[in-house]
Amino acid sequence: MRNQIMKTGAIALGLGLAAGAVSAQEIRFMCYSDGNECDVYDDLLSQFEAENAGVDVIVDVVPYQAILENLPVQLAAGTGPDLAKVTDLGGLNEYYLDLTPYVDTAYWDASFGGTLDWYRVGDRQGYYGLHTQLTITGPFVNATLFEQAGVDMPGAGATWDDWAEASRAVAAATDADFPMAIDRSGHRVAGPAISYGAQYFDADGNGSFEGFGPFAEQFVAWNEDGTMARDVWASQGGATYADAAQEFINGEVVFYYSGSWQVGRMDEQVGDFFDWKVVGSPCGPAGACSGMPGGAGVVGFEQTENPEIVAKLIDFLAREEIYADASARTRNLPAHLGVAAKGVAFENASPAAQAALNAFAGDLPNVSPIAFAYQGYAGNRAMFGITVERLSQAIVGELSVEDALARMSDDLAAAMAETE
Amino acid sequence: MLAIITPIMRIIEVPMSALQRILGMKRIAWVFLAPNLILFGVFAFLPVILNMFYSVTGGDNVLLSARPNVGMRNFAAFADCGNFLDPNSCREDKFWRAIWNTSWFVTLQVGIMVAFSLLTAIILNRDIRARGFFRSVFFFPVLLSPVVVALIWKWILQREGVLNAFLDWTGIGGVNWLVDAQWAFGWSVFISVWAHMGFYTLILLAGLQAIPRDVYEAATMDRASPWRTFRRITLPLLAPTMLVVFVLALIKGVQTFDEVYAFTGGGPGTATTLIIQYIYERGFAGTPRLFGFAAAASLLVAVVLVLLTLVQLWANRRNVDG
Amino acid sequence: MANSKSASRVGIWGFLSATRGRDRLHWTDWVSYGYLCLGVLLMFGPVVWLVLSSFKDQNVLDRFPPRFLPYAQETIDVPGFDAPLPAFEVIAGDLQGQIVGQTRRAAGRSEVILPANPDERIRLTTDQLRPLEGVAFATENYTELFGRFNFLQFFWNSTFITVVSTLIMLTVNSMAAFALSKYEFRGRTAVLLLVIGTLMIPLTVVLVPLFLIVTKLGMFNSVWGVIIPGAATPTGVFLLRQYMITIPDEILEAARMDKASEWKIYWRIIVPLSAPAIAVLAILAIMWRWNDFLWPLIVLTRSENFTLQLALNSFQGELQTDWPSLLAMTVLTLLPIAAVFMFLQKYIATGIASTGGK
Repeated sequence: MRNQIMKTGAIALGLGLAAGAVSAQEIRFMCYSDGNECDVYDDLLSQFEAENAGVDVIVDVVPYQAILENLPVQLAAGTGPDLAKVTDLGGLNEYYLDLTPYVDTAYWDASFGGTLDWYRVGDRQGYYGLHTQLTITGPFVNATLFEQAGVDMPGAGATWDDWAEASRAVAAATDADFPMAIDRSGHRVAGPAISYGAQYFDADGNGSFEGFGPFAEQFVAWNEDGTMARDVWASQGGATYADAAQEFINGEVVFYYSGSWQVGRMDEQVGDFFDWKVVGSPCGPAGACSGMPGGAGVVGFEQTENPEIVAKLIDFLAREEIYADASARTRNLPAHLGVAAKGVAFENASPAAQAALNAFAGDLPNVSPIAFAYQGYAGNRAMFGITVERLSQAIVGELSVEDALARMSDDLAAAMAETE
Repeated sequence: MLAIITPIMRIIEVPMSALQRILGMKRIAWVFLAPNLILFGVFAFLPVILNMFYSVTGGDNVLLSARPNVGMRNFAAFADCGNFLDPNSCREDKFWRAIWNTSWFVTLQVGIMVAFSLLTAIILNRDIRARGFFRSVFFFPVLLSPVVVALIWKWILQREGVLNAFLDWTGIGGVNWLVDAQWAFGWSVFISVWAHMGFYTLILLAGLQAIPRDVYEAATMDRASPWRTFRRITLPLLAPTMLVVFVLALIKGVQTFDEVYAFTGGGPGTATTLIIQYIYERGFAGTPRLFGFAAAASLLVAVVLVLLTLVQLWANRRNVDG
Repeated sequence: MANSKSASRVGIWGFLSATRGRDRLHWTDWVSYGYLCLGVLLMFGPVVWLVLSSFKDQNVLDRFPPRFLPYAQETIDVPGFDAPLPAFEVIAGDLQGQIVGQTRRAAGRSEVILPANPDERIRLTTDQLRPLEGVAFATENYTELFGRFNFLQFFWNSTFITVVSTLIMLTVNSMAAFALSKYEFRGRTAVLLLVIGTLMIPLTVVLVPLFLIVTKLGMFNSVWGVIIPGAATPTGVFLLRQYMITIPDEILEAARMDKASEWKIYWRIIVPLSAPAIAVLAILAIMWRWNDFLWPLIVLTRSENFTLQLALNSFQGELQTDWPSLLAMTVLTLLPIAAVFMFLQKYIATGIASTGGK
């Protein structure tokens, strides 16, 4: 029986190797979709295949969980794909393929500017990732509810307190269930936290929860008095992501703090039911009115057997026309400065969606440099997870806010000690 | 189908008979055992051994060779508690919360599930019509994958789900089930019982049906009361099966992960976080991935399970066939 | 007379189940049937709800309170609007009895127009409106699935893995159970304890070391990486052994005296006699392998090797969940296993009945 197993394994391996040798150069692209990204790439890459005879690009659509959890394990074991769409930009840096020898770095610098830094860590300062999906967090507001309640929407430069008060008034007057809601995510609350004074970095440039206290207290208080939809943070455990989009689409939430990737969904599902619009992130007592940038990018891995082809593929996707096409079809904000300057005519986007995306794009200059740095920080995933876990415990009453803050610092110190 | 298998069996018989002649009656048993032992050895035991090595290392690297040795540091971290009954006073507070949650969960879930399984098996054992149908009905949820089970009930129990709609309609008023710590825990126990009860019902039913009829007839002749019959005759004869049920249910109960994780994610807060979820989050879902901690915690769980099972087997030693 | 009746009705509550009259049911019968019917409701109800929900489109799914049957709202075309408006009937107030089209809705209020007068927007509360609906099954949830993936490929993968893994497991486990139940040899208890010990090792715990082992053996990314580790589950040995113990030794002795080899005894006597237990194990194995998620997720990265469960979860990107497709796919993933069970449960029934005679 053992011989049988070994033999079968050997045959399978042999066949696999033989198949690999005979077939065209096969490039494996591990991709996840928020909407239709992988389908669009599959389509665009067929053009790449046409331009490069003998290259076969296979797009493996996987759940996001696989990207987050399995990809790192596979890369560590040396069995990863050739390239992938990732969100842990700094965290996987050690595996990235350095594209510097293969691409026109001047073009890349001019086109992608700041987002290139997100993929760089420590000594590795090459060119690694093509940021395909630029996102920014920001509020969706139910304008119809404001109208029905007869309350004026706070204008530009309004604070979180202003919006909280206005939303409460609207909710009371219209029996909407929740004045405000925010997704259950450390990334989502980072913007407001920075506006309330969170520093996220200490003097040495390491991650820290210094200054997170004021926002934490305000947020927990809002959850307790009903200003914030408690369900979102309280109904899950661990660091699991949960969003409040469904409640907003049902017209139950007045002010929903999420981000630009939701525009497509809002467009499709809210449709004409009510008027919704996007405003800039509200301001906090610390003076900042910041959201958090983010998104995903395509990276190649050093382990690939075909580095030149992988680099060529990524360069192909970085071409202005291709990038613009991808942005239009996936309805994502472009990170490509040239494309952004010309404006993108998003495909199948209603006027409301177009306005929303433009509003998001227009809020990009307000993003605090701390937020930019935080997005590119290699340890940000750990910090997001810690934030969500401990803040949730404070909200449901398992820990007091001070205890939660103390635990957050402890957790972060422990995590950093392990990754030394 | 038989036509394909029979010749294969005949072919295998040749070397097997030869081995029997060489090894003799006693040792041929090892040949039968060998494939199983090899499979378990490579895919179940070897990982455990490796796991033990992982538990005394630190860092976040997957490859064992690249991990620094930290001795008992991981275990010491678990033991670092001001008061073992208060998770808040511990360094690894989540670990201890998970331990408490799991203990309660297993006690409630195994107790309720075995009780209802026994009740159902007793009822199914009666002379009722469409027994096959009812038996299938109770077994049906066992077929569903844990993710599906969690999804179904999450769908029903969400704030705007059908249960709350029904309660609103009857005037009782809905409750936000999954946001309340106690209710979330209670429902987790419920869905776990719902999903697994049928399996144990089937086992108990088989056990009940293996009890010879004449035993009952004798009891009826003696005019024994039904409760007495149950206590003095049925329960003792059912004891070996009950042992199997308890051992399996306990082990599976402690290992519960998929369905509760998909159902509440361990929330609200850490109200429904069970020990396997803790291990999973530490070793896989968390950032950074702390394989050392996960391995250490998993070793502790394995030790506890072994002890519990041995205790059960010893307490029932008459029923473990030698 | 009463005796012959009670002799034919056995079971634990033996004498109570004998009906007092010949054909009337006793109260315990009523309680039993009541309990069983409640059981049917509780066990099947949620699944029925799942199936019905899978035929609803996203907007209907989001609606609260949920409707039992899948409805689709009727629409009316009104000049001046690009898309048809959802149709409602006014049930209170001045416009009672009229059909209106809704232009927008939020929280408790709706803005509607009369088709005859499209320019005038009227504000009403939603309790004054009743939607005009018909039962409609959103079968596009299902048909879209087939267009979106190579569904048959995933189905084949799942089937192949399940069948092969089950066969290996049954063979290996029954051989081992035979050895452990019918032979006396040194080290038997040790092996038994080893098997039980393996029972307690949850997959999550040995995920990483197991992954490395599988990779070193070259089974990564192959269906065999799912099949072989999947066949190494000890529950089977435990169950089969407990069952085989009840097979009388005299049968084996008789066969040995007839010069039958041990393999023949195994194949011709033990296996057929253990058929009910093997059938139960087969169902369990099929179920486990069909529903496997975490391990295949780690081992299989090439999409052509994906199983149905992996595909089911690929609907979830980072930030959105496609409920209609998710529900539809859940139902489709359920169906094969339900069918298998229907088929095999007859064998359990006859098997358990025949063992009743032992």
